[in-house]
Amino acid sequence: MEREQVKSVIESLLFVADGPQTLQRFGEVLDGVDKQTLQDAVNELQSELDGQNRGVQLVEVAGGYQLRTAKANADWVKKFLGGRPARMGKATLETLAIVAYRQPITRAEIEAIRGVDVDGVIATLLERNLIRAVARKDVPGRPFLYGTTGEFLQLFNLKDLTHLPTLKEMEEISLPEIPGDVISLDQLEEK
Amino acid sequence: MSTHVQLPIFEGPLDLLLHLIKKNEVSITDIPIATITEQYLATLELMETLSLDVAGEFLVMASTLIHIKSRMLLPAGAEEPDEDEGTDPREELVRRLLDYQRYKDAAGQLEQRDVLTRDVFARAATPTEEVGPTGFREVSVFELLGALKRVIDRLPKDNAHEVTLDKITVREKMTLLLEVLRQRTSVMFESLFSEVKSRMEVVVTFLAMLELVKVRAIRISQAQRFGPIEIEAAADMDEAAESAVIDDDITNGKDEQHGT
Repeated sequence: MEREQVKSVIESLLFVADGPQTLQRFGEVLDGVDKQTLQDAVNELQSELDGQNRGVQLVEVAGGYQLRTAKANADWVKKFLGGRPARMGKATLETLAIVAYRQPITRAEIEAIRGVDVDGVIATLLERNLIRAVARKDVPGRPFLYGTTGEFLQLFNLKDLTHLPTLKEMEEISLPEIPGDVISLDQLEEK
Repeated sequence: MSTHVQLPIFEGPLDLLLHLIKKNEVSITDIPIATITEQYLATLELMETLSLDVAGEFLVMASTLIHIKSRMLLPAGAEEPDEDEGTDPREELVRRLLDYQRYKDAAGQLEQRDVLTRDVFARAATPTEEVGPTGFREVSVFELLGALKRVIDRLPKDNAHEVTLDKITVREKMTLLLEVLRQRTSVMFESLFSEVKSRMEVVVTFLAMLELVKVRAIRISQAQRFGPIEIEAAADMDEAAESAVIDDDITNGKDEQHGT
């Protein structure tokens, strides 16, 4: 298959796709096209859209590729779509950050960091599918351990958890290690 | 009489402390504890005057601050012998503040990213055949348990003198449920239990349902949060169910003993 055709097909697939799509998924559809060709085609498409200042960009997010509108056009897109997106409060955002960096983590551990009750916030985050219970901690009461979801990565335009912004002042004080360093969602899935 | 007081909304005692530390332009690692404690208590007082709900956590922190302040006043060496030698009484608080500060910063950084549906947009999910126009969503185990609790609560309370020995197996219930779904394609969760009389039967019915979900013979969905939970046959229900009945031998053997 011609390189240009591969690129064209991938663009079509990205257009109809609901969420981020992996190279592997493209490979399943484009039978017989090797991974390198797929990667090259995606990269080329990505730089074309970016370089030509197009209204749609190809971003690598949540372990796959997705077409997203250009940030510069946000106001027009918002006006077109109407309605107001749910704004995330400070408490929600802080709790989400703690879960993201310290996962898997229990409710009590989050409360110890924030110094306040987080019951309501956890319920909201679970409902919005931004966090989920990934396991139970082997301590009395067997509390749930929470981790972030693919939706979390999508919401904050993150490729994977290793691409979280680096925490400041990490060296200044010694803290319990994040178990298993940075944990990928796949690893969490296995638990 | 109307007074307008600008009071930042604090997420908690740590947030308030960080605010005071910043306002006083002092270092987190070297907090002038007397000043900060005084201002902290004054803020709590103000919050109370404004009839803001001062949560218990704020009061706990107030007592912590006062405790630290009193320990700071003690001459060095006068500390109780079991205390760590040369420990700054503020150390634990400093550690918590730095820790909290770090995640507060992290939250700020997350917020600055290209947030989906705020800065960037992706195409909305296209409804497929599986997901109906009402936007059914997958039901979590917690919601299922909640629904089960409602069913159990409806049971007659007094069954201490129960003498009937109904022998119900998970396998029988599975077959029964599949039979119903073959005729009706979908059934409400709670109606499954309309004829059920004992707690054990509720449990067995629930287990049967979970078993069928596990082998993907049925699908459970809910149109809205707290709405009724609907059970429907999966496309390849019979095929999946067949394997379930084979796999079921172990489960079934275990559940045979469950007859009341």
